[in-house]
Amino acid sequence: MSKIIEGLLYSESHEWVKTDGNVAVIGVTDFAQAEMGDITYVDLPQEGDEFSKDEDFGALESVKASSELYTPVSGKVIAVNEELSDAPELINQDPYANWIIKVEMSDKGELDALMNAQAYADSIK
Amino acid sequence: MEAQLKTTCLYPEHVALGAKMSPFAGFMMPIQYTNITDEHNAVRHRCGVFDVSHMGEIFVSGPDAEKFVNHIFCGDVTPLVPGQCIYGMMLYPDGGTVDDLLVYKEYRPDHYLLVVNAANVDKDYDWIKENSDGFVVNIKNDSPSWGQLAVQGPQSEQILGKVLGSDLSGIEFYHFADILLYGKRAIVSRTGYTGEDGFEVYAAPEAIVDLWKALLAAGVVPCGLGCRDTLRFEAGLPLYGDELSADISPVVAGFGMFCKLDKPEFIGKEAIARQKAEGTAKKLVGIEIADRAVPRAGYPVLREDGSQAGVVTTGYHSISLDKSICFALVDRSDGALGNTLYIQIHRKVFPGTVVKKRFYQTNYKK
Repeated sequence: MSKIIEGLLYSESHEWVKTDGNVAVIGVTDFAQAEMGDITYVDLPQEGDEFSKDEDFGALESVKASSELYTPVSGKVIAVNEELSDAPELINQDPYANWIIKVEMSDKGELDALMNAQAYADSIK
Repeated sequence: MEAQLKTTCLYPEHVALGAKMSPFAGFMMPIQYTNITDEHNAVRHRCGVFDVSHMGEIFVSGPDAEKFVNHIFCGDVTPLVPGQCIYGMMLYPDGGTVDDLLVYKEYRPDHYLLVVNAANVDKDYDWIKENSDGFVVNIKNDSPSWGQLAVQGPQSEQILGKVLGSDLSGIEFYHFADILLYGKRAIVSRTGYTGEDGFEVYAAPEAIVDLWKALLAAGVVPCGLGCRDTLRFEAGLPLYGDELSADISPVVAGFGMFCKLDKPEFIGKEAIARQKAEGTAKKLVGIEIADRAVPRAGYPVLREDGSQAGVVTTGYHSISLDKSICFALVDRSDGALGNTLYIQIHRKVFPGTVVKKRFYQTNYKK
C-alpha cells in the first residue's frame, strides 16, 4: 500500500507538489519510488533552469531502469536538493520529506489540473 | 497475451520467495528476490543460483550429426572430445545471427545437445529442421523436459560439489559430466554467463526443483534475471537481441573469433569471410563515461559535431566497477579505442571514451 499525503497535489506521472505561495516544491510519490526500487542516481537540473509544464527536468535511475521526472507546473527552478546527489537513497527512505526541486511558478492556474490525494489514490489502484 | 506466458518448474518457489516476477522471452521469470546489487555481489564474491529453465534444449543425433552441426554452427565441433562443449552462433547466409548457443558433444557417439536462448527456441528449431535436407539426423526440441540451474560464483565448485556429493574439480572449463541427480540423468558443465567460475546443471524438472531447494538450504543466494544481465554485461558477454541479432553479425559484435573459417563450410561462411576481410560498416564497442548518469539501450551516441555515430545497446552504472559503462553499436570509423564519443542521456550530453568491451576481469577457472 503506497503512502499518500493529504494536502499535496499529485500528477499522473507520480510527482507530488506542495505549494508555498508562488513556489511549488516538487518530489516523487511513494508509489513511484517503490516502482523504481533502489534509486542509485538522481539526475538534477540546475538553479535557474526554466521548464514548461510536463517537460522532463531530470531523472531517477535504479540499477535496472531510468525514469524521467516531469514538472507538473511551468516555471523557473529556484532550488535543487543537492543532498540527493550524494544520497539518492533518501528518496526511497522518505519520498515526501526529500523534495527534488523548488519552482517559481509562472502560472498557478496549472495547479488546477493536478489531482488531490483521494483522486491520486484512486488513480493508482 | 498474458495467458500465454509460460512458467518454469521453479515458478512456485519464486513466488514463495517473494520474487519480483516479470515476463521474459515468453516466460514469467524472477527479476530479483531482494535487490539486484546484493544478488550481483553474491555471485561475484560467493555463490548464487539462477533458474534458467527457460533456455532451450535441442538434441541432434544420427550418423551425420557432426557434419550437420558443423553446417549450421559457425564453430568447429570436429576437435571436441565427448564431454566437451563450445560456444558459438548459428548464422543466416548474410552473416546475421540466428542465435548464440552452446553445443555439447555428448558421451554417446553422434549425439549433440544445442542449448539456445529461450526467446529463440521455436525459431531455432524451425531453422535447424529447414536446413537438414540431405543429412541423416534426428532433431528433437526437448526443452519442456529439461530444467536448468546456473550455479555461479567463486564458491560454486565447493558448494555445488557438496550438495551433489561429488568432486567437481575434475570438470574443466567448457567440459561437462553426466551424473545421476535424484535418480534422473543430469548434465553438469563448467560454463556460465556471469564472468565468474561456475556450473550449469541440466536435468528433469523434478530433479531441478530438488537441487534448487538443496542449494538454497546450503546458503546459495537465489539470483534473478536482473543481476544476470548486470553480470554478463560487465564480463563483456552479448545478449541476443541487444548485441547479436539478425542484423548484428558476430563480426560486427566483435565475436568473429568464434567463426571458424578454416572449416570446409557452414551457413554464413562466405559472408563472414567477406566481413572479416573488408570490415563492417558498424562495430560494437564499449564506452565509459565519467559521470554517474547512466547510458541505457536506445540512447544516441554522438560525435563532437553532434552528428549521430550510433546507439547504446546495453548500459548500466556497473555494480562491480562503480562506473557508468555501455555497449554501443557505432560506425566503424568512430569505434577506435580511446576515441571520444558523446552519449545523450535525457537532456544532457556526456563525453565518453571508447574502451575494451570486457569491462570486468573475468575469473574463469581454466
